Amino acid sequence: MSATLTIASLTWRELVRRRLVLALLGLTVVVIALTGWGFARVPGLHENGHRLTTGEVHTVAAELLILVLFMFSFVLALTCAFLAAPAIAGDLESGVALAVLSRPVRRAELFVGRWLGLAVPAIAYTVAAVTVEFWVAGWQTGYVPRQPAAAEAALAAEGLVLLTLALALSTRLATVTAAVVAVVAFGAMWMGGVAGAFGAAFHNAAITTVGTVTHLLLPTDGMWRAATFAAEPPAFASQAGAHAGAGAFQAAAGPTPAYLAYVAGWIVVGLGLGLLGLRYREP
Amino acid sequence: MADRPGPAIHTAGLAKRYGSQTALAGLTMTVSRGEVFGFLGPNGAGKTTAVKLLLGLARPSSGDGLVLGAPLGDVITRTRIGYLPELFRYQVWMRAREVLGLHARLARLPRPDRPGAIAAALTTVGLAARADDRVQSFSKGMQQRLGLAVALLGRPELVVLDEPTSALDPIGRHDVRQVIRELAATGTTVFLNSHLLTEVEQVCGRVAVIDRGRVIAKGSLAELLGGGAVRVRLTGLAEAELAGVGPFGPPQVADGWVSWRGLAADRVPDLVAALVAAGARVHAVEPVATSLEARFLELLGRP
Repeated sequence: MSATLTIASLTWRELVRRRLVLALLGLTVVVIALTGWGFARVPGLHENGHRLTTGEVHTVAAELLILVLFMFSFVLALTCAFLAAPAIAGDLESGVALAVLSRPVRRAELFVGRWLGLAVPAIAYTVAAVTVEFWVAGWQTGYVPRQPAAAEAALAAEGLVLLTLALALSTRLATVTAAVVAVVAFGAMWMGGVAGAFGAAFHNAAITTVGTVTHLLLPTDGMWRAATFAAEPPAFASQAGAHAGAGAFQAAAGPTPAYLAYVAGWIVVGLGLGLLGLRYREP
Repeated sequence: MADRPGPAIHTAGLAKRYGSQTALAGLTMTVSRGEVFGFLGPNGAGKTTAVKLLLGLARPSSGDGLVLGAPLGDVITRTRIGYLPELFRYQVWMRAREVLGLHARLARLPRPDRPGAIAAALTTVGLAARADDRVQSFSKGMQQRLGLAVALLGRPELVVLDEPTSALDPIGRHDVRQVIRELAATGTTVFLNSHLLTEVEQVCGRVAVIDRGRVIAKGSLAELLGGGAVRVRLTGLAEAELAGVGPFGPPQVADGWVSWRGLAADRVPDLVAALVAAGARVHAVEPVATSLEARFLELLGRP
């Protein structure tokens, strides 16, 4: 356990030393400030000479907030993929792993240490950034999402899924290959999820199956949909009508407990496959 | 850590194959505790593969071995082993002291011992003045010195050095030889993997020579360098008659000298007596000094 924490701490220190944390936090502050400025304009909007009602302000704010959440989701996904891909493969390629693995360090400790070292900052970043964004949106528009904590948890889970995939791939593939595969998989699953959402809204079984399969293969879009649902207004489904959920930025229903359990299981299996991949890899 | 008896390293038929490619074919050797053992071979001979197997970084295809009395790959035993890889790379964003701090934690050195152990290792390799500089500012030679410091951290019982002077200038090479001698003086076992023969010749007591994955010679340096080869200038015996002179092995005739290899020093008088008895007039007898390089090339079948 000590070696795991040492590797996790090493990973975290590298993120800080390479100024990634500073860059990400700086950009996030800028984004939140800009979106805050945008949210502040919403209550002053007019339609046909009339100011928007509170309900209309909340609807616009919800749509903008989900768009901002998607940006966070995208940033989180790319960051996780590009940080996890070199976390093992980079050390194997450069030779750093030779020095580390010749110490009393089990490969499982190296893998889990790397995962923890990336997962904890990813979760912390997601929760902190989205909490501040929700607060800014609420402060400027009065809009409060349906389940703020659930939205944060779903976004963090999306990041963890992609992080696990990229890290597992990095035990067997080159850095660049692992990163590209993870990012392409993320994009493909998002497209599949959008298709599935339209299929469900228009009762097309075949297209709905595409969405279901993508949500099972790599539950990144499944978690994005969960975050979207949690960030929507409570009355969204009734307002949107029959085609609620048809699109990339809306969801007709939240995730079932079974699906959440599946996602947790997916991460555990992903970790297991990564451990297996590293176990038989020679540095 | 309870010490286990037995040699520092013992392998029996250790082999590694990658598909149809044999990287190491049945390595059998024993390295005693406290000795400086040279592991020689040309590039691609299987030396680094052997080191990886010894350290548990790779799994053998067949065969087995013990390192410090524990089976190959035993994780806990690695607390007592220091390793300088041939491909020495450390976290470039860290300072030298931090790299050693990381390895001190990974090697499970007791926390109170770490500052002293780190300072000692840095001083030994001549990096004390650069301890707080980032690794990315180091030359290749300095990075190799840092790697040596990492290997020496905490005074391990076995130090495995894989081409430890490949990036060093003559001063650095001299310093490494000095470090190895000091390790030997304190009873530390040193496994020196190298193709720099003069280096090996100066510090190693015993060596094994490996080529194409096979051990082609092993023993003490004296044994390897001819085992008391002697040459004799004589008259009165035809070349054909020399082979019949006593059980001293096959003679080799060149440049007016007749030489016998593998002859123990106490058998030289017997050889001279046998030659005289056979009718030869012996004009000179002298030992044959073979350089390790010459012997190495001879073993590899390359003139």
